[in-house]
Amino acid sequence: MRHSILAAGLALTIGTPALAQTPVLTVYTYDSFVTDWGPGPAVEEAFEATCNCDLEFVAAGDGAALLARLRLEGARTDADVVLGLDTNLTAAARETGLIAPHGLSADDLDLPIAWEDDAFLPFDWGYFAFVYDSSKTPEAPSNFRDLAQSDTKIIIQDPRSSTPGLGLLLWVKAAYGEDAAEVWQDLSDNIVTVTKGWSEAYGLFLEGESDMVLSYTTSPAYHLIAEEDPTKAAAAFDEGHYMQIEVAGIVEGSDQTDLAKSFLEFILSDGFQGVIPTTNWMYPAKVASDGLPDGFETLITPETSLIFDPSEAAMKRDVALAEWLSALSQ
Amino acid sequence: MGWGLVLALTLIVIAPVIVVAWQAGVSTDIRPEDIAAIRFTVTQAILSALVSVIVALPIARALARRQFWGRNAIITLLGAPFILPVIVAVIALLTIFGQGGILARYLAEIGFNLPSIYGLSGVVLAHVFLNVPLVTRYLLQGWNDIPAEHFRLAASLGFSARDTFRLLELPMLRATLPAAALAVFLICTTSFAVALTMGGGPRATTIELAIFQAFRFDFDLARASQLALFQLLLTGVTALVAFRVLRLASFGGGSGRPLSRPDIPKSGGLVVLDATVVAVAVVFFMAPLLSIVVRGAPHLPDLPSSIWLASLNSLLVALAAALMAVLGALGVVLAAAYGATVAGTTLRILAYLPLALSPLVLGTGLFLAINPYIDPRDVALPVAATVNAAVTLPFAVGILHPVLLRTESQYANLADSVGLTGWSRFRDLYFPASRPALGFSAGLAAALSIGDLSVIALFTGADVTTLPMQVYRLMGAYRMEDAVAASLWLLLLSLFVFWVFDWWGRRDA
Amino acid sequence: MLELQEVSVEHGSFKLRADVRIAPGNVTAFVGESGAGKSTLFGALSGFENLASGQILWSGTDIAPLPPAQRPVSILFQDNNLFPHLTVERNVALGLTTRARPGHETLDRVHEALEQVGLAGFGARKPGALSGGQRSRVSLARALVRSRPIVLLDEPFAALGPALKAEMLDLTATTLARPDTVVLMITHDPQDALRIADQTMIVSDGLVQMPRDTADLFASPPPDLQKYFGK
Repeated sequence: MRHSILAAGLALTIGTPALAQTPVLTVYTYDSFVTDWGPGPAVEEAFEATCNCDLEFVAAGDGAALLARLRLEGARTDADVVLGLDTNLTAAARETGLIAPHGLSADDLDLPIAWEDDAFLPFDWGYFAFVYDSSKTPEAPSNFRDLAQSDTKIIIQDPRSSTPGLGLLLWVKAAYGEDAAEVWQDLSDNIVTVTKGWSEAYGLFLEGESDMVLSYTTSPAYHLIAEEDPTKAAAAFDEGHYMQIEVAGIVEGSDQTDLAKSFLEFILSDGFQGVIPTTNWMYPAKVASDGLPDGFETLITPETSLIFDPSEAAMKRDVALAEWLSALSQ
Repeated sequence: MGWGLVLALTLIVIAPVIVVAWQAGVSTDIRPEDIAAIRFTVTQAILSALVSVIVALPIARALARRQFWGRNAIITLLGAPFILPVIVAVIALLTIFGQGGILARYLAEIGFNLPSIYGLSGVVLAHVFLNVPLVTRYLLQGWNDIPAEHFRLAASLGFSARDTFRLLELPMLRATLPAAALAVFLICTTSFAVALTMGGGPRATTIELAIFQAFRFDFDLARASQLALFQLLLTGVTALVAFRVLRLASFGGGSGRPLSRPDIPKSGGLVVLDATVVAVAVVFFMAPLLSIVVRGAPHLPDLPSSIWLASLNSLLVALAAALMAVLGALGVVLAAAYGATVAGTTLRILAYLPLALSPLVLGTGLFLAINPYIDPRDVALPVAATVNAAVTLPFAVGILHPVLLRTESQYANLADSVGLTGWSRFRDLYFPASRPALGFSAGLAAALSIGDLSVIALFTGADVTTLPMQVYRLMGAYRMEDAVAASLWLLLLSLFVFWVFDWWGRRDA
Repeated sequence: MLELQEVSVEHGSFKLRADVRIAPGNVTAFVGESGAGKSTLFGALSGFENLASGQILWSGTDIAPLPPAQRPVSILFQDNNLFPHLTVERNVALGLTTRARPGHETLDRVHEALEQVGLAGFGARKPGALSGGQRSRVSLARALVRSRPIVLLDEPFAALGPALKAEMLDLTATTLARPDTVVLMITHDPQDALRIADQTMIVSDGLVQMPRDTADLFASPPPDLQKYFGK
């Protein structure tokens, strides 16, 4: 426990009063990043060991809530760095004018696609996928049309309230374009229910409420590594899988620009990237020198990576949402 | 004092909406999907209220006319689903009644297929699971308020159970049922996660979900404030109509002490009926909780140490919220008793509205109001306590109002004659007379606050977390079993806090 | 003849004992300190308290095993004798039937009883629209139509003023006290007993004492009664 119980408990002071010469770097991120079992504690320790600073995380719900928080605070924000938006949100984040260029090179990343964004730097990524229990569902469908034809029951997240939900919306749009509405219509009888967020959906799936749940190709790694349970698997879809790339950016007007920049550099170093696979259960943006943890080699690796660039994603999501709503509301 | 409190409550209820609207304007464009959302919200809330009341009626009736070992424990535990974070309650419910639940597996073995519960019926089922305990307690209070002599008269005059129902219970229910139904209706109008999850898809879009979408998908605060105004209007008008037309009794919920019922036979068919009703209720409400106990208990020792700090935070929030809710409720009730009649009625209607506050609008409004002046992280817990106090105020008002009213009507003249006024009147008359009700309402407010997530998310830094947040974080990190264990811990803590307050209230009674 | 044979009632640590006989055609008063057992005795007679031992005989038959409604007993409580949401007529008619629309015969008897207690024409009112004395009369009218031979008065007139109380006691004596009935009344006021009770029983420390002639008793009260009346 880094802070005295009294201080945290009464919330009278924030954390340890920093000494005058120790600068504080405030990083806004999403909730699960900062938990005991998330990357937060290890990242904080590793960065503070070299930066001669105090790294302070502020957690705000999920990626979309993070952006909303930033917008609510506007130029008044204390944030120096924002960590945890994904590429479906970066266009809107850029529009706020709150993100400064990072000025770093992003050439040798281990991403399936080239990275050219001058405002945001990726820190991890993953593929959306339907996860199932191979002991109960021996044969998983191999694309959306297969899935729609089958009796397989799925649980998905609502794109209006969840980032994976939005990811799925764009996945279907990227794979089927004009036919997306029809695919959703065909899928409607496979959908057991739609949840507010990832936790609810995954929780219901683990309860046995559905055969498959929208999650990530990396989800089975958690069960394999943390629980020694090899039965969970991700279904490989031959249309390709939509990517989620999570990014960090420096906040315009930060009073710790140099420190923020060095944190963004640190993000692509082993000290950060090495903890990502088994804390965030995603692929690191730049694989650490000792490689990926044992178990990750068992995961499916999609042949085709689908992704809209941020402006395309921002443009398509409203149409895609309207199609989704009308297909599933009938 | 009356009008001052009216002002204060008005501020709590509508200020957040005003703040959002002031900063972002109010959208005037009404979309067809808004109409659909309003229609669904109202439909599910009405159905949930009706079914909750219909289900609670026989349970309360059976509990009101029987005394048996474990009766009090059942009444206390019946309240547990209402305390849990909703998603945990829903998962617990699905463990038993879901597609992969125990019931479905059992039925499959004997060759039946459990029909899917997702849809409007699922929404209603979940709301019934969450709200019936509340209604049951409230109705029990109604039974307690029937004079004991009337049951003796019923016995003496040879009333059948039907006669007793018609002549004694129905008149009481005519006053209490609408109040209970209104409370459930209001609570259900802000349902979102439960409505969506159990509703099976975007058909089940409530106003609260539309607000959520406006807020974080479209970041259209003008639209969010418009929808929040709809919501407030809907609940405000409903409460007003209910008060004026139905002349509602307060929504309370007593301790449900056992009644002496000489009019009811101690053996025969009625006993079998009551035993069956209680048994079915226990299975329906307790089995999901039991599943939390069974699954959570083995993982209790594995809970991360951060759970203790979160527990401490939750406890502080709960105690502060309970104190504020009870003091606020005393203020409302006393002002309603003494103030101008109009102020009194207005207060009682206003005191209902926090039930229907949108947590998201409330949180956003407070955030916008506070952020320019104070770092929201500095006040996360005080804000959480204040919001919880506002949300639990209706319960405290409902419980205290009838008790203080009765005390006043019985002892006002006596108190006046001996010059018991001001503070001494409170200390020597109201306080001792309402102590059991104070203990009960404080316990309820504290227990509800421990399980509440509401607005804290916008205000937290990395360190200040509460128990429900820890539950969600564990779920968000694949740790379903740990999340269940944390829920079990939360449940135990809530029940313990409730029990302590309730015990304090009844200690010398 | 009403006989309480070695009756004992246990109520937590409290124990009431009674072994007395009361002949019909009498009004009997019960006096004694609060908590001495008067209400417990009435509870046992009307069936709200179970006997630990003993028998209650009416005309030689043990009525103790019977449920309240099947006993030959009418009781008037101190409060809440009437259902506030029912009319006077229905409240009285409940002594005969629980039907929502009582038959002609029933209604005739109800009106007759209301006339006897001086409330002719009040049938359509609700208790809330009556004075305290009028409400007591309605209770009496119900006891009249029930015409049970044992009538228990658990201080039903305690809240009335002295003149009104005297009037009600007289009305009770003239309407309910008949050669074949016993009327038992609990009272704290010697004047009540002297006014209508032929005999009085002292209830003290959980024991129901033998009946005494009311006039004699109050002319030379025994020590425990003196103590009770503060003499």
